[in-house]
Amino acid sequence: MERKLENIENQFETFQILNEEGKVVNEEAMPNLSDEELKELMQRMVYTRILDQRSIALNRQGRLGFYAPTAGQEASQLGTQFALEKEDFILPGYRDVPQLIWHGLPLYQAFLFSRGHFHGNQMPEGVNALSPQIIIGAQYIQTAGVALGMKKRGSKSVAITYTGDGGTSQGDFYEGMNFAGAYKAPAIFVVQNNRFAISVPVEKQTAAKTLAQKAVAAGIEGIQVDGMDVLAVYAATKQARERAVNGEGPTLIETLTYRYGPHTMAGDDPTRYRTDELDNEWEKKDPLVRFRKYLEGKGLWSEDEENKVIEKAKEEIKAAIKKADEQPKQKVSDLIKNMYEELPAHLQEQLEEYEAKESK
Amino acid sequence: MAQMTMIQAITDALRTELKNDENVLVFGEDVGQNGGVFRATEGLQAEFGEDRVFDTPLAESGIGGLAFGLSMQGFRPVPEIQFFGFVYEVMDAINGQIARIRYRSGGTQHAPVTFRSPFGGGVHTPELHADSLEGLVAQQPGLKVVIPSTPYDAKGLLISSIRDNDPVVFLEHMKLYRSFRGEVPEEEYTIELGKADVKREGSDVTLVAYGAMVHSCLKAAEELEKDGIQAEVIDLRTVMPIDLETILKSVEKTNRVVVVQEAQRQAGMASYIVSQIQERAILHLEAPILTVAAPDTVYAFTQAEEVWLPNYNDIIEKVNKVINF
Ligand SMILES: Cc1ncc(C[n+]2csc(CCOP(=O)(O)OP(=O)(O)O)c2C)c(N)n1
Ligand SMILES: [Mg+2]
Repeated sequence: MERKLENIENQFETFQILNEEGKVVNEEAMPNLSDEELKELMQRMVYTRILDQRSIALNRQGRLGFYAPTAGQEASQLGTQFALEKEDFILPGYRDVPQLIWHGLPLYQAFLFSRGHFHGNQMPEGVNALSPQIIIGAQYIQTAGVALGMKKRGSKSVAITYTGDGGTSQGDFYEGMNFAGAYKAPAIFVVQNNRFAISVPVEKQTAAKTLAQKAVAAGIEGIQVDGMDVLAVYAATKQARERAVNGEGPTLIETLTYRYGPHTMAGDDPTRYRTDELDNEWEKKDPLVRFRKYLEGKGLWSEDEENKVIEKAKEEIKAAIKKADEQPKQKVSDLIKNMYEELPAHLQEQLEEYEAKESK
Repeated sequence: MAQMTMIQAITDALRTELKNDENVLVFGEDVGQNGGVFRATEGLQAEFGEDRVFDTPLAESGIGGLAFGLSMQGFRPVPEIQFFGFVYEVMDAINGQIARIRYRSGGTQHAPVTFRSPFGGGVHTPELHADSLEGLVAQQPGLKVVIPSTPYDAKGLLISSIRDNDPVVFLEHMKLYRSFRGEVPEEEYTIELGKADVKREGSDVTLVAYGAMVHSCLKAAEELEKDGIQAEVIDLRTVMPIDLETILKSVEKTNRVVVVQEAQRQAGMASYIVSQIQERAILHLEAPILTVAAPDTVYAFTQAEEVWLPNYNDIIEKVNKVINF
């Protein structure tokens, strides 16, 4: 009998366009992006890096709540989102706030989400997305439903979802791919493999050599991408999107990436489970460094340009925090009102009880 | 005697049972090298090896199924569900399988699993981390549900839970993990499951509570004492089965009861406790039994959580009502 697992990783070779030095190594896969679009991608990555630094600082000052750091994952997050159209629907995990912001969620609302204010979860009209999912895997099977709905409506859009390497162990992960595959629904399943699920290394998460190969059993396409290479991530997502809207079914995209920071700001200490060596190895692959070199080589980027983005980001973050501060504090009565379309009698009574308390 | 936080007492209980019984296995997400996200299993993998204390892939349904299977091989699994809000993921394994195997097999098989899990509000967690979901498991015949309120109780109750041949869900209130220390004997000891503890004696009103609300009751009792009201505080410790004997004895003395829980009014244990008391002690009651509980919404996001959670003022208000009835 043929041993099917032998060298399976060769079928899922890492797709790369830009190497660590910012050199194009895969010319024929180069996506068709204008100079303006290339610069836009860089601006977004720089902006998001600053947003991460500021969010961490604000969290430490007690001015933000729940926050999952994003530095290191910019290419995976923004490269996938950049391949989307406005009508595409995002089902994010808790770390995927940047994609929501670039899909249209105002920054001050992202801060309110972090602070545990429900206005942070109210997607503005025309922003097709759910708020970040806390239950790992839940968004994967929901994606099959969103995508099937799009197919039934005949709309030329896709549903895209995100989880991490840890998330691939959940039943929902397999169910989502299998359902979407069975219905040939226009879905894109992204796994940001940052090598750790909190403290658990991916080698302990699964015996599979790649996560992309998990697509095989569901009968859908799977691809492993260098998740620090924004062009490769973009190109892979763009292709998955085209296949999806052409009725060719879903794709699983594994991006190889790394989170530089702690798991969240709630007391995680990465030195308990990661070595400096590994951190350094991955920081050398940095998505910003690599793309900056590439753009500089083309005469599209300069220090001046970068500083402008940094200043803009800082100003906008400051303004957004101010706006978030101005938002009235969420009340229990707001919560009661949001339980049902029409309040049942017992909640009507409780509403009066809490409104009286709140007006004291 | 050593002074320990509740989390230290829990680690101590796990260490005690890992030492006592080689069939005890501790596993879950991040419990190995990382020692758990709250450090409940700190140092245990180093001491007992990866064979006994190990990380699982990230899947609560998997953790539950694994525990069931291991118990069929004679092991005594002590899995951790990282936060009890994730119990929905493992509901079938707990309520649908583990709780039923004794009956299903006509008593020939059983699953002595102890699920440990943090829960409880007031520590600013994201959604589905803090919810009081004890009612979901307490309504399942075949399970025992334990909720300690002090470091001393936590150690003794956890050892008893692990030794119990029936499945136990052991819920640890996050706010109590490190908020205070208490005396905990270094040697092993057990506390019988299903036995409440009178945490404060009083003659005017009985407060029945569990988990963090025990401390809110104690605080309320101190305030009430200033007004000359002596409140007795009963800590259930095991919420299923409940210790009716201790409750009824107290009710016969005080004739007035307030039942306090952190869960919503439509959830938790309060309604069950009230119905049991009134069925058995109605003639001893001088006033209706009142309850203190959270409003009937999903657990509040952090901005609203402090107002949402029941507190000692709510308890004082209800006590005054039953006293002045
Ligand atoms: C159902 C469920 N189980 C456990 C958790 C707790 N938890 C939050 S993040 C995490 C690790 C996730 O790792 P991974 O999927 O690799 O994503 P990453 O955080 O690395 O982006 C765990 C165990 C959760 N939020 N939901
Ligand atoms: Mg990960």
